[in-house]
Amino acid sequence: MNVLHSAPKFASNEGVIETLTSALGASVSVSKEKHGEIIFTVKRNAIEDVLRTLRDDHEYQQLMEIAGADYPDRAERFEVVYMLLSLTKNHRVMVKCSTDEATPVPTVTTLWPNAGWLEREVFDMYGVVFSGNSDLRRILTDYGFEGHPFRKDFPMTGYTELRYSEEEKRVVYEPVELPQDMRTFDFLSPWEGADYVLPGDEKADDKKADDKKTDDKKGGDK
Amino acid sequence: MSVQIEESPTTEGDVITNYTINFGPQHPAAHGVLRMIMELDGEVIERVDPHVGLLHRGTEKLIETKTYLQALPYFDRLDYCSPLCQEHSYVLAIEKLLNIEVPERAQYLRVLFAELTRICNHMLNIGAHVMDVGAMTPNLWVFELREDCLNFFERASGARMHSAWFRPGGVHQDVPEKLLVDIGDWLDNRFFQLFDDAMSLVIDNRIFKQRNVDIAVVGRDDAIAWGFSGPLIRAAGVPWDLRKSQPYDVYDRMDFDIPVGTNSDCYDRFMVRVAEVRESAKIIKQCIAEMPQGPIASTDGKVSPPKRGEMKQSMESLIHHFKLYTEGFHVPAGEVYVATESPKGEFGVYLVSDGTNKPYRCKIRPTAFSHLQAMDFMCKGHMLPDATAILGAIDVVFGECDR
Repeated sequence: MNVLHSAPKFASNEGVIETLTSALGASVSVSKEKHGEIIFTVKRNAIEDVLRTLRDDHEYQQLMEIAGADYPDRAERFEVVYMLLSLTKNHRVMVKCSTDEATPVPTVTTLWPNAGWLEREVFDMYGVVFSGNSDLRRILTDYGFEGHPFRKDFPMTGYTELRYSEEEKRVVYEPVELPQDMRTFDFLSPWEGADYVLPGDEKADDKKADDKKTDDKKGGDK
Repeated sequence: MSVQIEESPTTEGDVITNYTINFGPQHPAAHGVLRMIMELDGEVIERVDPHVGLLHRGTEKLIETKTYLQALPYFDRLDYCSPLCQEHSYVLAIEKLLNIEVPERAQYLRVLFAELTRICNHMLNIGAHVMDVGAMTPNLWVFELREDCLNFFERASGARMHSAWFRPGGVHQDVPEKLLVDIGDWLDNRFFQLFDDAMSLVIDNRIFKQRNVDIAVVGRDDAIAWGFSGPLIRAAGVPWDLRKSQPYDVYDRMDFDIPVGTNSDCYDRFMVRVAEVRESAKIIKQCIAEMPQGPIASTDGKVSPPKRGEMKQSMESLIHHFKLYTEGFHVPAGEVYVATESPKGEFGVYLVSDGTNKPYRCKIRPTAFSHLQAMDFMCKGHMLPDATAILGAIDVVFGECDR
């Protein structure tokens, strides 16, 4: 694909997939290059070994970020994505693995000290558990918060709201009460890939009913 | 300070040596709402446990419910000291997914204003850092300069801080020629006089050096392992700058140097920023000198709106505008991680698109997260007042850290 955009240009991706796939062996299940990004999907239990190999043998020295993502339709709904940066090769790769609510992902705090907070954040927001992380507390949400807010099934408005109560002289937690419904507009145009049926459109698919009607009409003519 | 254990306060025969204090969440030197639980031995810090998230607003979740264009202003509100640099990461991420070409003038304008933002950000940080360790005057002087920068933003975008001026495909509006001339004038005739004056009070100041030199020394390997970026990794002697190594927009045409430190202490971090300000000024001047004429937004009608004048004449343009600002544009499915050099370090956006008009997932990589995490490591063995110097040299803003 011809590169037209002016996003950051790092070292060429040429041959990187082949080299790294052969180095990582069977732990890689999918490797792809799209939009100029190299992404390896690896087996969950091998994540620590894969990242260690990348760090020690392939000069990916820095772990810049761990991102969680939620795909509720999948059997293993969560993805944990590790962004690696090589200062010497001037190159970036992404490594990801998937998991569900119950299965822990091996920690990488053994490899990078800054993985601690990044894993805490994924745990806080998605409820992904990291085995071996000795300090897996919540990090961004409130003290005593319940639930994992970035899951797709967690409502935008949350469940509780808080205010200062003059009577009790403290901050009190109450269930959310909205004076107006949360405003979500659906602007996806129905002829460009919306996956629902507009009211009235179900009649169009009802072929048999249509045929019958025309038959009746014909019959009437006779 | 050495405290004799025998002389420490005791209760019924128990000797108390360590105690725990709360630094923040409302502390003027905490640069926002940072709460640090500090275990002290006398005045020496034994352990620091930073509690972040007091400013968490769920930006990433909010972005998932907005169209790509509606999500843009959230980026101004992350690190509210350097708004345009964060928009830069976001628009580049969208452009990478869309693979659209940005006109040259727009690229120059973006680089110019990103560098102006860098100056603006460093003015705040340098001033705040100096004030954290006891000096009052320089902060007031550099704030004058920050005010000038904000006026320039206002003249370009209409807003002093939350500009929302960078757009996928270019920038929102063109700037008047007079503004470019004024920025050049300001650099030549005002900026350096005031800045050099302020810095002359600080750089060789004995007290300032006593508070900063050899405080929180982080070795080169440690800086890499902790995921440092920006001025912190450069102070450790690693010449790593995304503007140079992974150039975006027209940074590859810019002629500038990367200042690096030698000692990796708070003083070096401060000096790296001071030197960076001069390099930014160089880039701005080069941008003004080379600024080409031409369109300021992509000519692809799928992402950029029609001109106001056309909308008053043509029905099609009106419909086009309406569609773009209600439905928005569709971005091809895929995922990218785009990181740019914000004034504080690597600011990244991991954008997952499912092919619709809204991002499926937008993970923001704040610069402060890795740096703040190393607080415990950097503070250990230092005195309590050093914590403010260390924090000042990290350059942390909680809008961004907590998202």
